[in-house]
Amino acid sequence: MSQPEGKGSGALEVKFVPDEEVLKHIADGAGIKVRKDKTQLTVSVKRFVKKLENISDDEAQEILEEKNYVAALGICAQDPVGNGSSVSGGEVYSFQTPKRSSKMAELAAELAQTPGQSVAPDHSECPEKTAKTPQSSNMFLLLMHVFSLQLQSKKKEYVATTPYRLRKRLAAPDPYLESESEYSASCSEEEDEEDQKEVSTVLSGRKTPAKTKALSTPPPRNTLAKKIKEDKMSNLVEEYFEAHSSSKVLTSDRTLQKLRKRRLNQQTLHDILKKAPLAYAAEIKELNQQHESLFSKWMLQLHLGFNIVLYGLGSKRDLLEKFRTSVLQDSVHLVVNGYFPSITVRSILNSITEEVLDHIGTFRSPLDQLEFIIKRFKEDSSLELYVLIHNLDSQMLRGERSQQILAQLSSLPSIYLIASIDHINAPLMWDQAKLSLYNWLWYETTTFSPYVEETSYENSLLVQQSGSLALSSLTHVLRSLTLNARGIFRLLAQYQLENKDNPSYPGLSFQDFYQQCREAFLVNSDLTLRAQLTEFRDHKLIRTKRGADGVEYLLIPVDDSTLTDFLEKEDEDV
Amino acid sequence: QQVQEDLNKQLFDNLVSFLRRSHSEFQEKTTEWTCRVKSREIPTAALVLGVNVTDHDLTFRSLSEVLQNNITPYIALLEAKDCPGIKNLMQKLMGQLMNCYVDVDSLEDEDYVQVSQNRIRCSMTSLTNWYETVTKKTDSETPSKKRTSSSRDWQSPPVVVIFKDMESFTTKVLQDFIVISSQHIRELPLVLIFGIATSPMIIHSLLPHSVSSLLCIELFQSLSCKEHLSTIIDKLLLTAQFPFKLGEKVLQVLINIFLYHDLSVQNFIKGFQLCIVEHFYSQPLSVLCCQPVDAKKRVNSLSHDQCENIRKLPSFRRYVESQVSEKQIALLTADNFLKEITQKLLEDLRVYHENYVSVLRCLHVFTSSLPKYPLGKQIRELHCACLENRVWETEEYESSLQLARMLNKSDLVTMLQQCVEIFVSSSGNEFDKTVEKLKEFLTQFQKLEAEAFQERDVSVSSQKELQKKTDLYHLQKTLLELKESRRSKKLTKFEMLRFEVVDYIDSLVRNYLVPADHKTLHEIAYFNTASVLRGHLNAAPRIALHTALNNPYCYLKNQALKSDGGRISNKAPDICIVYKLHLECGRLINLVDWLEAFSTVVMAVEGPNADAASSDQVDDIIHARFIRAVSELELLGFIKPSKRKTDHVARLTWGGC
Repeated sequence: MSQPEGKGSGALEVKFVPDEEVLKHIADGAGIKVRKDKTQLTVSVKRFVKKLENISDDEAQEILEEKNYVAALGICAQDPVGNGSSVSGGEVYSFQTPKRSSKMAELAAELAQTPGQSVAPDHSECPEKTAKTPQSSNMFLLLMHVFSLQLQSKKKEYVATTPYRLRKRLAAPDPYLESESEYSASCSEEEDEEDQKEVSTVLSGRKTPAKTKALSTPPPRNTLAKKIKEDKMSNLVEEYFEAHSSSKVLTSDRTLQKLRKRRLNQQTLHDILKKAPLAYAAEIKELNQQHESLFSKWMLQLHLGFNIVLYGLGSKRDLLEKFRTSVLQDSVHLVVNGYFPSITVRSILNSITEEVLDHIGTFRSPLDQLEFIIKRFKEDSSLELYVLIHNLDSQMLRGERSQQILAQLSSLPSIYLIASIDHINAPLMWDQAKLSLYNWLWYETTTFSPYVEETSYENSLLVQQSGSLALSSLTHVLRSLTLNARGIFRLLAQYQLENKDNPSYPGLSFQDFYQQCREAFLVNSDLTLRAQLTEFRDHKLIRTKRGADGVEYLLIPVDDSTLTDFLEKEDEDV
Repeated sequence: QQVQEDLNKQLFDNLVSFLRRSHSEFQEKTTEWTCRVKSREIPTAALVLGVNVTDHDLTFRSLSEVLQNNITPYIALLEAKDCPGIKNLMQKLMGQLMNCYVDVDSLEDEDYVQVSQNRIRCSMTSLTNWYETVTKKTDSETPSKKRTSSSRDWQSPPVVVIFKDMESFTTKVLQDFIVISSQHIRELPLVLIFGIATSPMIIHSLLPHSVSSLLCIELFQSLSCKEHLSTIIDKLLLTAQFPFKLGEKVLQVLINIFLYHDLSVQNFIKGFQLCIVEHFYSQPLSVLCCQPVDAKKRVNSLSHDQCENIRKLPSFRRYVESQVSEKQIALLTADNFLKEITQKLLEDLRVYHENYVSVLRCLHVFTSSLPKYPLGKQIRELHCACLENRVWETEEYESSLQLARMLNKSDLVTMLQQCVEIFVSSSGNEFDKTVEKLKEFLTQFQKLEAEAFQERDVSVSSQKELQKKTDLYHLQKTLLELKESRRSKKLTKFEMLRFEVVDYIDSLVRNYLVPADHKTLHEIAYFNTASVLRGHLNAAPRIALHTALNNPYCYLKNQALKSDGGRISNKAPDICIVYKLHLECGRLINLVDWLEAFSTVVMAVEGPNADAASSDQVDDIIHARFIRAVSELELLGFIKPSKRKTDHVARLTWGGC
């Protein structure tokens, strides 16, 4: 927080002292516990004042200016966040106060509406105020510091968020107040009060309640700055536990199914995205070119015994591919697609031993295999291998043992490893020992290019699971079974579909199932049924589970839509 | 090319320094426990190594080398990660022991087969058998073998088993191994060495009393990593022989990483290597950063472009500006003249380094013993301070001089003697005069000592006078006189001399400890881009992600993305918008709401021209973009699917409380 700002808000504070007294009895009347303290310089207080006291127009204007000032201040406080690498760790993922999801819609509206020009011109008005009250600036600077701390944690502009408790306190504000606050939030500069109200009521709509909360004050702190800081810390802790103790989560109950849109499947998604133009293609290309200029440096460093890890937002696959095609064309290299869901360390080691070392034979354990590889590479110094790993932090490779093996592999002087990581917590995979084995050099390669390949394997939430694989395996297995067996499976599937709306459906108990099968003349003794079920189980068609009462429950581990499809098909066949 | 040579040479330097250290140290230790071997318990050495786990490898390697050379050929190094169970441990142990036996004695093939057969049924008995056969063999073959005297003294050399990282072994495995081997201790003279990173107490917390009583533990403390570091700095940075130097900021970064992150000497060396690589890669003139003999040749063979490069160096420009005009023109136009001058300057730089080091050490002698260490305890701190700016302008220097003026005589004399030694040992021939001067100081001090006896007599006599007078007035008067005389006497010979010494040191400092970046052509030898180094060694991937998501303008230089403060514009890439929106949510996020919010933002950008007719199609695209952005966030680890509510995802970052 720089000096002039501190002074500017100092002016704000001094001017405000008489209003506070006014405020006190207003607050009583309104039934809202707003404490009298100096940090409460925020806008809501002024709103009360303005509403009930009929302050003259020019004063209102001044208040408006101050309000904007506070807003500007909020923005200044956030500035350091955007300053690239100077971001301190604490700011990156600070505690945030719990919010309702309606906030999101609101922010969206905000983002869509205001391009953010309302704040900028108001900076010019600060210097006038600085002249007024220099005496309070010192003390205020302290407070400002705290203030800025708070503001920093709230990354939105001046729509600062409030702690949970306070929001509860403000849970029932009167409508008049709300519309008023809406006006102040929208930051228009009109002076006439009547007009303001009208404007605000027009604008408000669903946004209104949240705005009030947003602009209200942080919890009262009226002691020294130091104490405030401590307060803040303990508050954060309290908030954290408060938020986590209640298991109830406030989100709306809407589901995608109620949305009239159908779900997309992987293929159509892919097609649509191909059609959609890539934003900022030119800039991304420029970024990539920057990174590509580093290729020769990478080669040098790889040869000097370092290994290279790439991080940063955006898919680094294309970059690595380019590296491979442009530099590694003539040398032995191995590309590992870490994002592939069935990749294992074993397969990596196998491909090294089989493809690179031409060794036929199996190993008892990955450790043996690793030892063999190490021995071979040490014996033959002419042997060189480049290993490119996309997504070293993927699900399959992030385990302790696989990382250990990869690290040992990479520590070989004639194996050059270049890898990429994406997960935010990826560096936590490595401890000191592994880090020293890897001997990383970090390169930031933010590319902003979409993770096309990487996410295509992810079972995305929104993509419809086609389930075609499961379905075909079902039909194949069942086709080879007897008619009775098929009937048995059908019974079970139908029963499961009947119960699909019951979330706590445990499965069909064995006794019931036996009964049903008997009634349908499918089995004659429970032994035959059991034999049949064993066969199902061997093909992974069903799963058995013991309930709390010791009864065996049967379940088909396939999702409902696939099961329906299956039954339909069966019906067609019959 | 050049780079690799340097790297190798410097690595070798490090290794040698390491080895030398550990050699002397472990030699003592090994001789110590040779006497203990005969006791009934398993002799055990607990080696406390400190937390810098990554450096242990080197230490152990050198230790086993020393042991192998001096005491016994039978050494097994065990690591926790190889031994998840007792079986694996035994297997590993046997393998190592027998292999090393094979290595040492180079057996014939049939024996090797036998060994590999043995490996299949690994047990303590087979190990003992093996040991017996081996010792028998060696006994018979002893005369032909070249063994060091120490091992010939014993009938049976012990088998040394080293546990590299004792803390990470499973307790069960350790206990079993100890119990089993304690039963075979008669036939198999076993010695254990535990590598310990934390504290010796760990042995007792890992092993129950019944087991630990079988051990006869001797504790050894290895040198702390800080001392390792200071020797390395001593050997690498504070010598004139090694042409490459580190700038102040870079050194600071390296030391900070060392002190605050890992305490690992290896990482320090790695950082140093990286510095060298970076320097030679980025600075085209770094070819001149080599031994003086080569430098001359290289200067002579400089091409025109390289000469131009030299002319572009800021420090060289400063030098040119300070010259007379004809010389300036000559420097800027004639390549040959430039080469001559460059040679001279390089020589100057070399001489400067030589002088610098010895004066720095000398100053360190003075400042390191001052109370409160105004200039730092370690020589590296002093080095940093000197590199940063003119050290004599700092307050700390001022205060340390003041303190130095208050030193007592004996300290001063010893310091002077140390300084003389330093200067004598340094190769620079400029210091002859300095040495003479310092020696002169020393003799003067000795003279003073002689005089001091006489003075004492004088003062004693005056005190006697004082006792005679009982008159109050006289007493007062004499006291005043005494006081006055004392004040003037304060500045007697010793004081004067002391001031002289300190002033002399001060002048030395002013002459020789000029920060390097005031020197011409310092760019050739100094590496100064600390930010690059920090980026590669101490990267912050989370922050990079964060800035990319919050402020895409940092990377994508498009005016549309430029935003004021923390907010992002609605034209940002999809993933940024989705990220911003998700920050608003609590632990769970409703996908429908999220999608709606996203489409609101995106629609606003596309603006009014997107008319209602095509909205369905547009919607599809937005939906797809949203899906992509969400799955990207999932890949990045910000969210994960949640089963608690349909169509919800859970936030994983801290904000999600």
